[in-house]
Amino acid sequence: MSTVGSALPSPITAVPTRRAWSRPMLLTVALLLTVIVAVQFGAVPIAAADWLNGPWSDAPKTGGAHVLWQLRLPRLGLTLAVGAALGLAGALSQALFRNPMAEPSLLGVTSGAAAAVALTLTVFAGMHAVLPAEARLWLLPLVGFGGALAVCFSLDRLSRWLAPGSIAALLLCGLALQAMTFAIVGLCSFLANDEQLRAINFWTLGSLAGANWIMAAVMGGALLVLAAVALRVAPRMNALALGEAAAAHVGIDVDRLRWQCITMVALLSALAVAWCGNIGFIGLMAPHLARQLVGADQRRVLPNAMLAGALLLVVADTFARTLAVPAEIPVGVFSALIGAPWFLFLLRGAVRRMGSA
Amino acid sequence: MLSRRHVLSLAPAAALLTIVGRAGAAPQRVIAVGGALTELIYELGAQGELVGVDSTSLYPTAATKLPNVGYARTLAAEGLLSLAPTMVVATEEAGPPAVLRQLEAAKVPLHVLRAEHRFEGVLERTKALGDLLGRQQQAAALSQKLQSEWTASRAQVTKLAAGHRAPRVLFVLSNAANQARIAGSATAADAMIGYAAATNALVDAQGYKMLSPEAAIAAAPDVILATTQGLEASGGIDGLLKLPGLAQTPAGQHRRVVVMETMELLGFGPRTPKALTTLAQALHAPAGTGKTA
Repeated sequence: MSTVGSALPSPITAVPTRRAWSRPMLLTVALLLTVIVAVQFGAVPIAAADWLNGPWSDAPKTGGAHVLWQLRLPRLGLTLAVGAALGLAGALSQALFRNPMAEPSLLGVTSGAAAAVALTLTVFAGMHAVLPAEARLWLLPLVGFGGALAVCFSLDRLSRWLAPGSIAALLLCGLALQAMTFAIVGLCSFLANDEQLRAINFWTLGSLAGANWIMAAVMGGALLVLAAVALRVAPRMNALALGEAAAAHVGIDVDRLRWQCITMVALLSALAVAWCGNIGFIGLMAPHLARQLVGADQRRVLPNAMLAGALLLVVADTFARTLAVPAEIPVGVFSALIGAPWFLFLLRGAVRRMGSA
Repeated sequence: MLSRRHVLSLAPAAALLTIVGRAGAAPQRVIAVGGALTELIYELGAQGELVGVDSTSLYPTAATKLPNVGYARTLAAEGLLSLAPTMVVATEEAGPPAVLRQLEAAKVPLHVLRAEHRFEGVLERTKALGDLLGRQQQAAALSQKLQSEWTASRAQVTKLAAGHRAPRVLFVLSNAANQARIAGSATAADAMIGYAAATNALVDAQGYKMLSPEAAIAAAPDVILATTQGLEASGGIDGLLKLPGLAQTPAGQHRRVVVMETMELLGFGPRTPKALTTLAQALHAPAGTGKTA
């Protein structure tokens, strides 16, 4: 899956260098190794026999088997899917805005989800009571998802109304919406009682601790569908790198492409935020890592950004799970700890290559 | 049928999550989430069955040597399970909900004890823990001891409070050098101030609110009540009085700041009766005396 070509003729065919085609293997291998290490590490020791004592087996469940099959593996699955989703969302937004600093949170999408959740937790707290316990599990993810989509929809309407077709206007609308959603979260924090305040905080910090198989499956399935769509539009994204006017000249429906991208970014980030809260830096970092390895062709950047995002988040979450056993450190701490220095290092390289950007 | 695989899998993960029911009062492996519960377990002499505590369990000092499962609201399922608990006792703060559900799925009984800002709540929790740990006798004895300490403490409060106006007290919870929250009604601090026959200066707010300078000045407290941990965060009494508005209150002008350890003051655990005496003595001390640590 690391070198997914596209059947569509690409408007611009980058000349693939040897380097560009061999490096993806590096990420795939690194990810595999990381996953193997991550499964080994954890608070509870796992025996070889626990691997055979899965949900299908009738053998009495030992502690190790329960931890492996009901906690560690679903969590790893969710981590891979969320990391890949964040990486892909980051790569799409960077390609779309032709700005290496772009990230889904710039569009206000992630904070839109957070605002919807904060409202649900405080202003509409009574709603919880009428729902059956089973439904409550799904309430916050669905609400967060709705919030992210609402922001996207407003973004679409607003930017069309203000300055049709301008990416700068879109970005500024995103910033304005973000400011508004932050204000909503702030207001909710003010209205919240102690318990509600902590629930909001938990959401804004990000954590993969609640993972189960259902989450991993829903997230993984959605990711596969969206990734397939993203890879289909990748060749057209390459043309966008020349600028919107130039892309339009080579026969690309820029408006349509833009909204395909925006919708995908919204769906991907909404899904990731829905269960795990805000996990920073992955969406910013992963596309950079991918471009370092495979160059600028979006057909290769997108899948590799997914691999890189998954890799980074698995590493971060493994640290989060294991460093303070039996306690757990918020994963956002590690994604930033790994992400920030790396990002500065990349920036230095980029500035050198470009003279002064 | 005991297959070879089954025997193999039992060996390494031996003590984990016993799924069979427990018989009688065999020794438990208990994780306590909440400082007051940890203190009660020590008072009941059941510390030998304690295998893990949370980050608020700072007393007695021996408890800090136990594995720390972190902050009560951000527990980790695998971390808890790695201590092979047979039971988890927790205050209502414990979370996140998803992790509690994972515990349930792993067949570890979780007992959530209601946190109440009343002395009767201490007795209820003592009884509940005694029942859970098969130490009903010790629990009854402890309840009796706490009840008599409480009665004595309340009598002393009445004596201390006689003959002067009830002091107005503002509880300040600072967690950084430049921000703090103040306690309104329906908080542990409010309950303790009331038991000490003093008046909470911030009557018309519920729960903890961000400190607003004007609200602090309008509340006009005679005494500021703070915690040792909070004082460390804000940089001593001087740092605390630098918080906007506090210096302009009567308490700030006379530097009347009373400081007590967080869990002792607010935990509603076995130290509560003694804490009440300490608090009342400090609050009703004649004006002009400084801080009490």
